[in-house]
Amino acid sequence: MAKKHIKQTILFLVILFFALLWIAPVIWSFVASTRPLSDPMGRGDVWFGHGLSLGSYAKAFSLAPFGRYYLNTFILVTMVLGVQLVTVTLAAFAFTYYDFKGKKFLFTYILLQMMIPTTALLVPNFSTIRTLKIYDTILAIGIPYFGSAFGVFLLRQAFLSIPGSLVDAGIIDGCAWWQLIRHIYIPSAIPTFTAFAISSISWHWNEFLWPLIITKSDASRPLTAGLVRFTQLGEMGAQWSLLSAATMLVIFPLLIAFLIFQRKFIQGFLHSGLK
Amino acid sequence: MKQKKLLPYLLIFPTFLFVSVFTVWPTLLSLSKSFFKQRLNIAKYREPVFNGIQNYSELFHNHEFINVLYNTLIYVLGTVPLTILAAFILAQLLNNKFKGIGYFRLAFFHPSILPMVSAATIWMFFLTPDYGLFNTSLSLLGYSGPQNWTANPNLALFAVMIIAFWKNAGYYMIFYLAGLQNLPASIYEAAKLDGAGYLRTTFSITLPLLKRSTLFISTIAFISAFQTIDHIFVLTKGGPSGKSTVLLYYLWQTRFENLDVGKASAVTIILVVILLAFTMSNIVLSEKKEVPRG
Repeated sequence: MAKKHIKQTILFLVILFFALLWIAPVIWSFVASTRPLSDPMGRGDVWFGHGLSLGSYAKAFSLAPFGRYYLNTFILVTMVLGVQLVTVTLAAFAFTYYDFKGKKFLFTYILLQMMIPTTALLVPNFSTIRTLKIYDTILAIGIPYFGSAFGVFLLRQAFLSIPGSLVDAGIIDGCAWWQLIRHIYIPSAIPTFTAFAISSISWHWNEFLWPLIITKSDASRPLTAGLVRFTQLGEMGAQWSLLSAATMLVIFPLLIAFLIFQRKFIQGFLHSGLK
Repeated sequence: MKQKKLLPYLLIFPTFLFVSVFTVWPTLLSLSKSFFKQRLNIAKYREPVFNGIQNYSELFHNHEFINVLYNTLIYVLGTVPLTILAAFILAQLLNNKFKGIGYFRLAFFHPSILPMVSAATIWMFFLTPDYGLFNTSLSLLGYSGPQNWTANPNLALFAVMIIAFWKNAGYYMIFYLAGLQNLPASIYEAAKLDGAGYLRTTFSITLPLLKRSTLFISTIAFISAFQTIDHIFVLTKGGPSGKSTVLLYYLWQTRFENLDVGKASAVTIILVVILLAFTMSNIVLSEKKEVPRG
């Protein structure tokens, strides 16, 4: 018994060591963001400075329109998710409920979007956005994702598992197709919708390269693209507290949402892995 | 199953439209443009001129591009298997019931909810030479090599790989954890009765039963390795002297720095072909070797 105990303790210490290593970058960056700007780090002085300060956050706000970035990111993720929920629900319903010519072909066609990631197509999509005359708008960032093969796939799986008797009952009650969606399909697939929403929001909150390419003004840039302004500061050195504060401003909302809805988040991430 | 003439097509139409405009059409557009010479910064070639397969042959004869392919190979082969292995080990370690286990999972999982670009700025700081915690920890372990990771030609690619590893290991871990929790305890009891040790159990029971998870994780890991360059963008800009330039970064450079539309289209097609080949073979593989779930 004692031997087992020692083994457990060693195992615990090993995991603890690695866990601390894993959180060190974020923790250190957070600590750095609270240092007064007038008190740069140096050798042997890498943790808290002389007193806590929100100065770096204030400066980050004055150097970049973070309020605007937050709003843009918020508009972006809401817009994308809103449109996706409609397109995805309709398509998944059609693929589940109806039988029609070319069904298999259409399904495979839509799944192409999962096999060719949109990121790889940034060059031709850039010229499409130019042609549509929506360059440098929030719409341009979101529009390539308005249809979601992943969402259709996920939701169709959920719809297929709804018992036929439930649907039949709806039909006997005289439900039209949209009433079936509204009263039977959607309520039965809420967990899947939640999972899809979480993975959609975090994906578009985090996306960087495409928004950077397709926007040029602060009026349409999301948080991730806005953060780039601060990376040169890092190269010049000694501005770590400012860079860290800007980074924290980008990640706080997500981290907090994650800590509150941990279980749902993980479920959402797991679903984005469901095959 | 209901038969309706027009309605199902109407319901699918929005998705069909967006997939057509932003996936299928751009792929075909790139394919056709890849056979033309078009350079926006050279007056003569502002308008596309047909030049057959010259974009491709120039690319494959250019040692810069060969280096890019080489870097990409190193990046993918260096991050994907190691990250998956780490995820598997972490899942095994954290599939315990001791107190506070949730905090440990959180510690490993939290990087995966961060945007890659902010992971990069965090690591930019973490990797600081001289007093940066990364170098401090390494020197505690006896390391005395060069410290400026992102500016050193031999370390730059390695540095961005470490970040991807840090960010993704916890993400893949949760798939394994979910898989492990679905495995029936009875098999393990039987193995224990038969006197199978830990390694034996892992190799003959756990790994085969988690094959589907592994296959799935390797698909997303592979695709993400090709489509994530945010950290390269922030930390090394593909440098020094192209040492950390991978395919997607090269694609961006070709189009937006060199303004070479023709060549960028050819690179797009090469990237698409690699991704398609991989996902296709994966689909074939997963259908062939169906392993019953525990």
